[in-house]
Amino acid sequence: MRYLLLVAVSLSIVLIVALSLMVRGRRSGVAVPEREAGPPAEISRGAADSREHLTSQIGAEAGTTAQAPFKELAPEDRAIKAPDTTSRSGSAVLDAGVESSTGVPSELLASRLVKARRAIGVALGRIFKRQTIDSRTWDSLEEALLAADVGVKLVMELVASANEEVRARKLTDPRDLVEVVRHLVEEMLAGKDRSLAESENPPTTYLFVGVNGSGKTTSIAKLAKRLSRGGEHQVVLAAADTFRAAATEQLEIWGQRVGARVVKGSEGGDPGAVVFDAVGFARAKGASYLLVDTAGRLHTNVNLMEELKKIVRVATKAGAPPSEILLVLDATTGQNGLSQAKTFKEAVDITGIVLTKLDGSAKGGIVLAIEEALGVPVKLVGIGEGEDDLIDFDPKAFAEALFGEVLLTDDPEST
Amino acid sequence: VFESISQKLEGALARLRSKGRLTEADVNEALADVRIALLDGDVNVRVARSLVDRVRERAVGAALDKSLDPGHQVVKIVYEELVETLGREPVRLKLASIPPTIVFLAGLQGSGKTTTAGKLATWFRREGKRPILVACDLQRPAAVDQLRKVGESAGVPVYWEEPPADPVEVGRRALEYVGTTDRDVMIVDTAGRLAVDEELMAELARLKQALSPHAVLLVVDAMTGQDAVSVAQEFVDKVGVDGVILSKLDGDARGGAAISVRAVTGAPIYFAGVGERLEDLEIFYPDRMAGRILGMGDILTVIEKASGAIDEGSARTLQEKIAEGKYDLEDFLAQMRQLRSAGPLGKLLSLLPGLPGIGKIQESDVDERELSRIEAIILSMTPEERANPKIIDGSRRKRIARGAGVQPSDVNALLEQFFVVQKMVKQISGVSLPKRLRKLASGIDLSALSDAGVGLGLGTATPPSSGRALPRTPAFKGIPGATKKGPAKKKKKKRK
Repeated sequence: MRYLLLVAVSLSIVLIVALSLMVRGRRSGVAVPEREAGPPAEISRGAADSREHLTSQIGAEAGTTAQAPFKELAPEDRAIKAPDTTSRSGSAVLDAGVESSTGVPSELLASRLVKARRAIGVALGRIFKRQTIDSRTWDSLEEALLAADVGVKLVMELVASANEEVRARKLTDPRDLVEVVRHLVEEMLAGKDRSLAESENPPTTYLFVGVNGSGKTTSIAKLAKRLSRGGEHQVVLAAADTFRAAATEQLEIWGQRVGARVVKGSEGGDPGAVVFDAVGFARAKGASYLLVDTAGRLHTNVNLMEELKKIVRVATKAGAPPSEILLVLDATTGQNGLSQAKTFKEAVDITGIVLTKLDGSAKGGIVLAIEEALGVPVKLVGIGEGEDDLIDFDPKAFAEALFGEVLLTDDPEST
Repeated sequence: VFESISQKLEGALARLRSKGRLTEADVNEALADVRIALLDGDVNVRVARSLVDRVRERAVGAALDKSLDPGHQVVKIVYEELVETLGREPVRLKLASIPPTIVFLAGLQGSGKTTTAGKLATWFRREGKRPILVACDLQRPAAVDQLRKVGESAGVPVYWEEPPADPVEVGRRALEYVGTTDRDVMIVDTAGRLAVDEELMAELARLKQALSPHAVLLVVDAMTGQDAVSVAQEFVDKVGVDGVILSKLDGDARGGAAISVRAVTGAPIYFAGVGERLEDLEIFYPDRMAGRILGMGDILTVIEKASGAIDEGSARTLQEKIAEGKYDLEDFLAQMRQLRSAGPLGKLLSLLPGLPGIGKIQESDVDERELSRIEAIILSMTPEERANPKIIDGSRRKRIARGAGVQPSDVNALLEQFFVVQKMVKQISGVSLPKRLRKLASGIDLSALSDAGVGLGLGTATPPSSGRALPRTPAFKGIPGATKKGPAKKKKKKRK
């Protein structure tokens, strides 16, 4: 009797394939964005909601500013605070120097990534234990790069270039080989503008996009802290993630911590409406920056990518076109990162990447492939859970962390 | 950007095929490409190496024994090894003999623990259990709020305390509380962590000691790269891992991390998260995942979903109709409606491998309104026209179009498509069933398909449909071949 079912099912498949052909052939226009949690709200309705909230927020404003901790904190105070925020991640590095913003010491990233080197160190340690550059040296090098998520294609290119140079310069010491590759990586990353663009017409708007769980909200909070420069600049956060449960609450808590106001809409409401209101609010308050948090979305979900385009349109229409659209990318992401970057670039033309969670054991090598293939530069790096743990991307430090001082660990496989 | 594994294999195996006998050098050459494909799919570099080694060992030996088509042989072995590594059979989470069963969800930040907690609770509720969620993530801002909201939409109670609080204490009190209720599954959401975070790992270990959970499930993002191995190792060392849930599998990541994690932990992968809704949690099928990593699409899931939509009575009626060679628009309509009742058709179709000529179908490619229009067209026909669409002439066409609110050309397009479907059905109906299944199973010939320019996903269809590698799901024996035959035939038709 089961066979009957089988036949029916196989037929159904034939049928759905046939249907898909029909639909494909005649499909026109873009499907209406649909997401399970509630119908997309009308702009007017969403706007009303958040406006209502705004008034209450403005009402409580006096209290908020009084509570804002950054007002009283001079940079020196922050330096004292720093050990607290970093101690939990077990790192001994103090980041008192971070606040000077652009000139992030490369030792900082490098030493934060000491643990990150462990894995790669094992493979490179193998290179070092060898006396000359032979086929096993090349294998180890290849494996080290692959283990850093650099990706097969790029690894092959790097290895080929390195091979050329090693031959040309008649190098024999594996140490020189590592140096050659590090230089190649640095070269690949060199010459890109990694600064955040500012708008002449404040608020300068930065839009954060990315897949679920990449760290958008946290990155926004950290950047808000940085941009406010201890209260010198006002930063407004737009909670345009109206989809995920409690996403707005999460941003609000961060907003309180870092001293930024949050404009929110209703859960399940229209994110575009939130952005629209946030632009108005930021302008009315004379804020310098507007940071827009969006719902995490897998890049394969075309409807949600359309929603993102709409958010950009709304911000542009409201007179605050995003100066930066930043793709937030988890450093543990593998080769799928390239697919993510590509799709997000096609949809909203991302201008930069925020590489998060680089303090784990992952090395984020996929950004090399992204910069190479798409030319989208990494601009910021998240290196910890503290409010100050967002720093500028420093190509040298990155290459350093990948090919820095090699840990000569005992590697069972090298013997 | 990346070629699919199967495309790569096609290239590698085309060379093998032209020879006829399998030498070690041949195998090595093919396996170099297999390795690249695995790495592109985010399989860890060391795991990939050992997998390739195992395949090599088996491939060379096997070919010396019998002179099978070498291409078939290697693909089949790669597939089998993948299935083997992934655990071969789907595994069900065992519940404790004395309730409550305590389940921990652990994982890196952003891997999807809280969302998965809600999905798992929904799963248990549907299984007739009485789950409760416990909020032990007191680290991330608003994590407790999120779990409460998730619990609310899942219709599952949540035990929570206002942060700041010690998660171990919260866990203890939660367990006490659950003891006073009729709740039989306790799902504990823990704080996300970076693997290097010793302190949080220690906290998780203490929480484990305090509650002695029946299962610690590691939630792993399907998009994770090489690092999946070190993450899994860290959790195994510090906390212990009893099982794995793969999250965010609805993207286009190949999910090689599944193989890496499985190789490191040895723990079964129980579930896969496949969407944003609370219902989007599925049992993990190693064979389907192997197919996905090889780029073969998730045919079996499609079948399962489609079969869920069709009841046995109508299946029998359909069977009879096919036997008589009658398959009309009425059946077409009924089938379409049944399929649509199972959920959005686009979602179903997006699980198929890339189809020749149309490529991979995205969920959004299918406009449900278009399907409704098709329905309207058929409904505007008289019963006679539905039974015998050939009688539809110009004036009938005009009338139908008016009735359905479409252009006559739309009616024509539908009819043309239907005749193709009808032809396919006729072809299936001629043969007796067991014979047919055998024919379908063996009929998927790799070379035949690639000769026809099909290649890609369908090309590597051989392993799952060839006897031993069949999925163990008894209800669907033989069907992978059958279903793949459908699209393949379709393709040929279209070309002529």
